[in-house]
Amino acid sequence: MRYYIQIFLAALLATGCSKDEKVNPSGDDSVKSTLSIQFDNIAGERNLQLGTGVYTNALGEQFKVDLLKYYITNIKVKNVQGVEYTVPKDSSYFLVSEADAASQFVKVRVPEGEYASLTFILGVDSLSSVMDVSKRTGVLDPSGGMDEGMYWEWNMGYIFFKMEGTSDLAPADPSGRRKFRYHIGGFGGYSAPTINNIKSVTIDLTKAGVAKVRAGREANVHLMVDILKMFNGATNVSIAKYPTVMFSDFSTKIAANYAQMFYHDHTEN
Amino acid sequence: MKKVSLLIACLLVFLLWSCGKDERQEPAFEGFVQPAGFPAPAYNIAGNPVTKAGFELGRKLFYEPRLSRNNTISCGSCHLQTSAFTHHGHDISHGIDDRLGSRNAPPIMNLAWSPTLMWDGGIFDLDLQPVAPITNFVEMDEKMSNVLEKLKNTAPYPELFRKAFGNEGITTATMMKAMSQFMIMVVSNESKYDSVMRGQASFLADEKKGYELFLQHCNACHTAPLFTDHSFRNNGIGIGPNNDQGRYAITLNPDDMYRFKVPSLRNLAYTAPYMHDGRFYTLNGVLTHYTSEVQDMPTLDPLLKSNGKRGIALTVSEQQELLAFLNTLNDKKFITEKKFSQEAQ
Repeated sequence: MRYYIQIFLAALLATGCSKDEKVNPSGDDSVKSTLSIQFDNIAGERNLQLGTGVYTNALGEQFKVDLLKYYITNIKVKNVQGVEYTVPKDSSYFLVSEADAASQFVKVRVPEGEYASLTFILGVDSLSSVMDVSKRTGVLDPSGGMDEGMYWEWNMGYIFFKMEGTSDLAPADPSGRRKFRYHIGGFGGYSAPTINNIKSVTIDLTKAGVAKVRAGREANVHLMVDILKMFNGATNVSIAKYPTVMFSDFSTKIAANYAQMFYHDHTEN
Repeated sequence: MKKVSLLIACLLVFLLWSCGKDERQEPAFEGFVQPAGFPAPAYNIAGNPVTKAGFELGRKLFYEPRLSRNNTISCGSCHLQTSAFTHHGHDISHGIDDRLGSRNAPPIMNLAWSPTLMWDGGIFDLDLQPVAPITNFVEMDEKMSNVLEKLKNTAPYPELFRKAFGNEGITTATMMKAMSQFMIMVVSNESKYDSVMRGQASFLADEKKGYELFLQHCNACHTAPLFTDHSFRNNGIGIGPNNDQGRYAITLNPDDMYRFKVPSLRNLAYTAPYMHDGRFYTLNGVLTHYTSEVQDMPTLDPLLKSNGKRGIALTVSEQQELLAFLNTLNDKKFITEKKFSQEAQ
């Protein structure tokens, strides 16, 4: 009996030793805590209000927004020592919806530490766009993801960014409504190459406050997401000229614009 | 005496064994069987092995009108077995509330070998194909979440899903995997052509001549034994009234403008009308197109303008021989096979 205990203790010591010796640069083995990233949708100097707020783009076109949704996926953080941590794939897919307040807080588990930057994909990466149906769960489930409508069934893939609203400058549809619809996707194509609107966004947190992730606290990185940037940027998008943009070459101009929507306002530590 | 009793005992055992065999009237479920002479499937069958329970559930779902918003339209509504799983007589199909589509319903046939689905190839995984008609405004106009909810609340689906997928539940994945199990089993390989290739029958004289003409003029795109090479081509039928640009909508590549998937030539007798918009009602009409009506366009397939001449040169008698050969591609067993039918459930 005593002999067994000795072996057991020796084994315990051995594993303990090897664990101590292992240096993991990603910090993956350390204790994890929650980091919250808030996506606060605004329109220029004003809060975004669905259905009621009236906003004006750089071309002077007035509009209202009825729907805003976008995917935030593949989240990575880099600490002040420059060590990067990638959130595991199975907990790194989020769909932010302006109509759902809870969805605007993206919560991930990361090793405790101080984080100086944050990187995510606005959209869904190409591997996840072609993966087996059994792996498409949560917000990637064609039957899930908050009242659906983000899975592109006719041209397989996901809509990365969806904004719909009304403007007097949009042409009337058969029901008399003057709607604009921007459904932006495109992961690069499966068997034939085509447009790729996957946008990687990196946010520097050092100017407005690093995120201090530690046990018992939930650091919240407060990002502003200015939807006017979708219209105003390298290309000023005209609602009158482009009331509907879905899978087309022009969608790449809109995606280039909206990749600039995000800025770090402050961090609540 | 001892020998006799041994003999009787053996006889009894044999009788019991053969009786037992007789009682099992249905042959054992074989799952997906790779037809001789067919290429390797494009569908990952190992990732979704066909079981009896899965196949039967998939078949039931295929004929289930609850897949549509108002429970009126099933997959089988526009993919009728008697028409080789097309919508016979309809150039384009009418879906829910009699809303009209813009393309001809393609056959559910030999899909295990199809690397892409739809006339424009916009879907590259059979497991996600059903989502398109279910959610399409003019077809079934339903939400996937509603479909799953209806199935969860409709007997005997919970039990059937349990039988097929254990405790995985009724999810997008289990529903789609079951439907794929049914669809990949819908194989057509019992035409006269197939018998000839297996050495069990022989072509008549005109069929044989037609086969030679086919190999010479058609096989480059309608490649045997599936009678398609799964490519996208512009066959010069000209721009339709709705300016459907085909494959271009998927790739945004100007070279793909007005290209559509090369359809199989199997079961043509049951699948009229022809082309992506069903514009030709008869095979004579199709042959007239290829011999004398091919329109030049920037993306017209090079094979249709070789030697400076558009189209395929065929005399009237050659056309008749070609039609005789095409007739050998009709698979009566396929359109009457009970295990594919709505009545089989």
